[in-house]
Amino acid sequence: MADPDWVLALKNKFSDTVEEVSIGCLVLPKEDIFRAINFLKREYGFDYLMNLAALDYKDRLAVVYNLYSFRLKGKLCLKVFLPRDNPALESITGIYAAANWQEREAFDLMGINFTGHPDLRRILLPDDYAGYPLRKDYTKEGFLPMPAV
Amino acid sequence: MALINKLPIITEKLPGGQIILASVDFILNWSKESSLWPMSFGLACCAIEMMAAGAARYDMDRFGAGVFRASPRQCDLMIVAGTVNEKMSKRLRLLYDQMPEPKYVMAMGSCAISGGPYYYDSYNVVKGVDLIVPVDVHIPGCPPRPEALLFGLMQLQKKIKKESIKNG
Repeated sequence: MADPDWVLALKNKFSDTVEEVSIGCLVLPKEDIFRAINFLKREYGFDYLMNLAALDYKDRLAVVYNLYSFRLKGKLCLKVFLPRDNPALESITGIYAAANWQEREAFDLMGINFTGHPDLRRILLPDDYAGYPLRKDYTKEGFLPMPAV
Repeated sequence: MALINKLPIITEKLPGGQIILASVDFILNWSKESSLWPMSFGLACCAIEMMAAGAARYDMDRFGAGVFRASPRQCDLMIVAGTVNEKMSKRLRLLYDQMPEPKYVMAMGSCAISGGPYYYDSYNVVKGVDLIVPVDVHIPGCPPRPEALLFGLMQLQKKIKKESIKNG
């Protein structure tokens, strides 16, 4: 199946864009992500941020944006890889208000710093919580790993 | 002796010697156990079973414990029904402290007893509500059936029957 218009446009506009897997998930460098999402929303009507997720690949972290365009009835997945130590990324709350809490969740559980976020503090865990528990190397006192069966 | 004459007939069966104290104990315990107003403290799926126990089919009101209050000031019994995480644990302790004496706590379900399925690999679940507040009755199950909750309630009533104002 041929690439949709917006994928071609994105690859054309941001030359570093690479397609990661068969489902059409595009990987962008972290410097481009804000401009890319802004471009997609403005030009192709990707006005719905379905999901914002953070992943831990052990050697690096990733942030995934799932966008949907009601006008084109098309989905798009964008992914950004970040280093494990001090992962920072530009916030997209200026584009989608829905990103506010989702970025707070990613900060809370994965420790990803979104620069330019209006209110970046923990959303689920207590304010005095130490560490980022959804990272693979997380541990704390009293944390018992599941015994092997 | 006029007071004893006015007491219900059942108090006369109590052993002699401590008849006045025993009668006061009996009346106090009877009134405590017969109107255990629980707090609406449903935190997870156990709350559904607690609601079922309070509704018409199981009818906790038969035991005087069907009046779920939304304020800790009006409660005698805190049924911790569900998973308690660290953020909630501070609120749970605060609500417990706000309840007037005498107060009782039931830990309903595996999560409230020990953390249950969240005992391992869990970063934010309290491993047993007895780490925060004193628990009178533990009700096992995941979640416990309403019958189990009613049984736990009856066990608590038995426990209250043994109380005495003599020791505190």
